[in-house]
Amino acid sequence: MIRLENLTKHFGPAHNPFVAVDNVNLDLPTGEICVLLGPSGCGKTTTMKMINRLIQPTSGKVFIDGKDTGTVDAIELRRSIGYVIQQIGLFPNKTIEENICVVPDLLGWDRRKSRMRAKELLELVGLQPDLFLKRYPKELSGGQQQRVGVLRALAADPPVMLMDEPFGAIDPINREVIQEEFLKMQKTIRKTIIFVSHDLDEAVKMADRIAIFRGGKLEQYATPDDLLARPANSFIEDFLGSDRALKRLRLIPVRNAMQTDFITVQNSDSVESALERMRSSGSAAAFVLDAEGVPQSLLSAQVAGARSGAVADHAEPVKGAVPVSGDLRHAVSLMFAHDMPLLPCVDEGGRLAGVMSYRSIVHNLGHGETA
Amino acid sequence: MSAPAILTTPPQERRRPALAPVLVLVVLAGAVAWLWSSGMAEEILTYSDDISYLAVQHLELVAWAGGLAILTAVPVGIVLSRPAFRAISEAAMQVFNIGSTVPTLAILALSMTLLGIGTVPAVFGLWAATLLPIVRNTYAGLRAVPPHLVEAATGMGMTPRQVLWRVELPNALFVIFGGIRTALAICVGSAPLVFLIGAGGLGELIFTGIALDELPMMMAGAIPTALIAVLVDFVFGQIQYHLVPRGINPLR
Ligand SMILES: Nc1ncnc2c1ncn2[C@@H]1O[C@H](COP(=O)(O)OP(=O)(O)O)[C@@H](O)[C@H]1O
Ligand SMILES: [Mg+2]
Repeated sequence: MIRLENLTKHFGPAHNPFVAVDNVNLDLPTGEICVLLGPSGCGKTTTMKMINRLIQPTSGKVFIDGKDTGTVDAIELRRSIGYVIQQIGLFPNKTIEENICVVPDLLGWDRRKSRMRAKELLELVGLQPDLFLKRYPKELSGGQQQRVGVLRALAADPPVMLMDEPFGAIDPINREVIQEEFLKMQKTIRKTIIFVSHDLDEAVKMADRIAIFRGGKLEQYATPDDLLARPANSFIEDFLGSDRALKRLRLIPVRNAMQTDFITVQNSDSVESALERMRSSGSAAAFVLDAEGVPQSLLSAQVAGARSGAVADHAEPVKGAVPVSGDLRHAVSLMFAHDMPLLPCVDEGGRLAGVMSYRSIVHNLGHGETA
Repeated sequence: MSAPAILTTPPQERRRPALAPVLVLVVLAGAVAWLWSSGMAEEILTYSDDISYLAVQHLELVAWAGGLAILTAVPVGIVLSRPAFRAISEAAMQVFNIGSTVPTLAILALSMTLLGIGTVPAVFGLWAATLLPIVRNTYAGLRAVPPHLVEAATGMGMTPRQVLWRVELPNALFVIFGGIRTALAICVGSAPLVFLIGAGGLGELIFTGIALDELPMMMAGAIPTALIAVLVDFVFGQIQYHLVPRGINPLR
């Protein structure tokens, strides 16, 4: 657990200081990612560097697992905290193996153990050890260097990591890939991470909690969903942008937003009886399933009301379905792509598990919003 | 200061077909052929005893002066690059730069007035003339190490000493070696002058040859001097090539 208590940093002369970080209080539970977010110069990096004491606080304290870091030897403290910087900072004079082993070597690990660890870590991100261990940083692509930069911070398995815009130096496509990769890794390693970013999308994607800074002050500290749904003031509202509701789409799982009271019909049923059942159950559509329960076609109440005959003659084929493990962004994208106002939601086996409609999406986005 | 720029030169640009060595060989072969055919070589070789004795003396002078210069100049460059000395380091480098414009002969003359004649003032004078390029390149090389590397190293828990030895010096090594090679070239080239303050060396043949208008005698001093210069530079070039890690060595 990381706790910042009245953390303050002044630069410049004491009689006329520049306040870079102003009385910041923050609690981060173990195993979570906190993204420090805000415009350039708002004090994110300074806050982060006070945690590993690269910058000495003017006042206030930092606790890690209840221990005041001011009482620990700075060198030892830093060796116990993983550190990733924006410029990656791989040492060009050292091979990839030597770079990854920097902290284990400082800690005096057995050589065989640390080299083994370097090998494992490279495998973890899909870089072949026999190809990369003996290479120098300049012989790697930007994305590969970035991955090694993160691995180097993980090498000694520190419980806490500080990451200052760690994916800032690579192109957007590679950045997405590395973000996903890192989140997947985080699921198993469960580090407590302070992550600096100036990119809202990145923050929403990576964070368990977001801390928004302005002019050295912590303006709001909340979960991404909470932040997007309830910005604390107009500065944050502006910062989040006019499309902040859309950004929440990614945060809401299909599982939580879908309606499960769908009805199923047979191809041979009459349209009238299907409509009758839809009306009585209040659902907007009826699905025709195959023997496995996979949705084949659907008949909307609207169509059913204007037609007569057998369901088979009027049901529209299902052109797409969203997995329940997906998010609303995925669902909306499919709805637009296939022009389907009603989208079936399916489980891992492709079987119908629920229905997504525009209404249910709007309802979920509006949910929790202060009027 | 052009030396740090070498660091950024892409390696492929430095691997153009090696014309220079071929040219040197051709000229050398021509010179040797001329020396033999004109009978000059025979005359020069009559000095072979003097040559071998004086060449060893010459090398000893260079080794002492160069060795001491490396041992003093690198630490001075390191100290000047430390943050604590930032305030005075630029001024100090200016002084060094002005100092390096003083002719070696003048330095030797000063050395003689201070220490008299013989080996000690000669080594001192050569040392003083050799010092400057090494200090300058050590300082510039260390200053050119990207600050974020130092920050990363510190942030991962290296002590200042570990940062210096494991990150800063290795990354400045190529530039430092550039300074050492320049300095040694100056040292070897100036070494004949120390004959003038009574320290011997190959200068004895050169200056006596000039005074007596004996071309072969002068050549007997000049040719070994040139060969020593080439040899020393070659040796240090090899050391540079192999000692500077591949990751930061533009030569490989
Ligand atoms: N060593 C320093 N001396 C003076 N001012 C500094 C120093 N480091 C940072 N600052 C100032 O403090 C403010 C916050 O900087 P920083 O934490 O780096 O911002 P960011 O949020 O972009 O990471 C900036 O205005 C910066 O100019
Ligand atoms: Mg920053």
